[in-house]
Amino acid sequence: MHGIDQAGSGYRGRCGVDNHLLLAAGILGTTGASLNRMLSLGAGGVVTKSIGPYPKDGHAGPCLAVLDDGILNAMGLPNPSKEFVDEVAPLIKKPVMVSIFGGNPAEFARVAGWFEGKVAGFELNLSCPHAEGYGAAIGTDPGLVEACTRAVSATGVPTWVKLTPNVTDITSIGKAAERGGASAIVAINTVRAMRISTGLRRPVLGNRYGGLSGSAVFPIAVRCVYELYESCKIPVIGCGGVSSADNVIEMMMAGAGAVEIGSAVLNNVKIFETIKSDLYKKDGLTPKEIIGCAHHG
Amino acid sequence: MDDSLSVPVTILRVRKETSLIRTFVFDRSFPFSPGQFVMVWVPGIDEIPMALSSENTITVQKAGDATTAMFALGAGDKLGIRGPFGNGFTKGEKVLAIAGGVGAAPLLPLARADCVMTLLLGAKTESELLFVDQLDECTDVLIATDDGSLGLSGFVTALMDDLNLGVYDRIAVCGPEMMMRAVLAKVEEKGIAHKTEFSLHRYMKCGSGICGSCCIDPSGLRVCRDGPVFSGDLLLKSEFGHYMRDASGRKKNL
Repeated sequence: MHGIDQAGSGYRGRCGVDNHLLLAAGILGTTGASLNRMLSLGAGGVVTKSIGPYPKDGHAGPCLAVLDDGILNAMGLPNPSKEFVDEVAPLIKKPVMVSIFGGNPAEFARVAGWFEGKVAGFELNLSCPHAEGYGAAIGTDPGLVEACTRAVSATGVPTWVKLTPNVTDITSIGKAAERGGASAIVAINTVRAMRISTGLRRPVLGNRYGGLSGSAVFPIAVRCVYELYESCKIPVIGCGGVSSADNVIEMMMAGAGAVEIGSAVLNNVKIFETIKSDLYKKDGLTPKEIIGCAHHG
Repeated sequence: MDDSLSVPVTILRVRKETSLIRTFVFDRSFPFSPGQFVMVWVPGIDEIPMALSSENTITVQKAGDATTAMFALGAGDKLGIRGPFGNGFTKGEKVLAIAGGVGAAPLLPLARADCVMTLLLGAKTESELLFVDQLDECTDVLIATDDGSLGLSGFVTALMDDLNLGVYDRIAVCGPEMMMRAVLAKVEEKGIAHKTEFSLHRYMKCGSGICGSCCIDPSGLRVCRDGPVFSGDLLLKSEFGHYMRDASGRKKNL
């Protein structure tokens, strides 16, 4: 397997990211202490739980079902809203990206304003597949994606836009984010999905519909990253089912400059250290040699 | 990853334990160690964490929407069960168990495992004491009630003063958080917080260690996966006894 040199993380400069492996939004990102724990367990940076303009309790349970090769969830964007500023305050100067959701550009701008100067950057959740009026409800409309992105990128703070795979052409959404001033694209959020309990004769999630993550969606994520790398100029961050160093390399070959890891935390809370020890080698290739190399020849 | 969809269970019978507490008996057993919990899906309502009171029972106090809905269920009705999850109490040879209210539920299987020398059982009043007979069968039970209707008048912590705590190799505690905090203060004073374990209750969404809704300050440890049983010395300088978070993640003072 290929190894890479840790020194080449393209995000180090602006967001202070320490390596190519970031904690994905929605995973252990509800409290400052939990995010800090993941940083100390080797994450190069962390993305918080998505924060919105108002506190939300989320959907009634069950909120999660663990499958053979993935996780199905519908949390419903639970978040403490503005009180989250106090959670991340002790992490100032650390590579913390605040994930934001809103129902329109003004709400995105308002939430971003609370955190300006206190975090390394923003990741816009334009992709949650199971929250009415938010997330993918906005993220499937290129015009809205551009407007929401612009509302936040105007702050001058690094702004990543996380895309939903639940569209016919993800590149049209990626290009909209780019026009809106995004500094990077994150692909992908979960894939809209459902399982039914045959014993109880009803969907296994309280919200009925949910989003699929984990190994099952890795091929979809690789395809989306590959397409976005060809159609956009800004960096792409790969997310979706990454659980090994080889998955990281594969994502990079598709065009990802860094990856986010989420579901793999389920079986191993120390997944970042595990992958790092396999991935980084002193005589490894530079990331530059690998990123996007599958597009040549 | 293991395929661990909720397992459907049928309720065989419901036992009324006190005016507020009932035991639901399932048609399936879940091998577990005392202190572990399951996520109980009440179809159409919610999914909540509950300690197992035996391999095929949960013992529930009516508190919120899901437990209220459960109290309307009877024999033949179905629930979904995920788990068992988390870490149970550390095994000991001479265990002191301290239970408050419905906190006796996870301690009954510990007492039945034949390692509990003494169990301190507390409740507001005599009729709310849980599992008195069952516990009496397997261990030495000392009782305290807030109103003095049975046993010592006062909190269960007062019973600790008459014991030689040095004879026990482990102390297992489950009950209302303020009661557990009082126990923690006492064991800290005696220098035995490290051999005392507390079973925590926090709001949980996933139960699987990834959503983060049950993480405690300042360690960031997950109650569902790293707990729910934690050593006292880990809880000394923590949120335990001070605040917890609600479904949205906002802090609520106790």
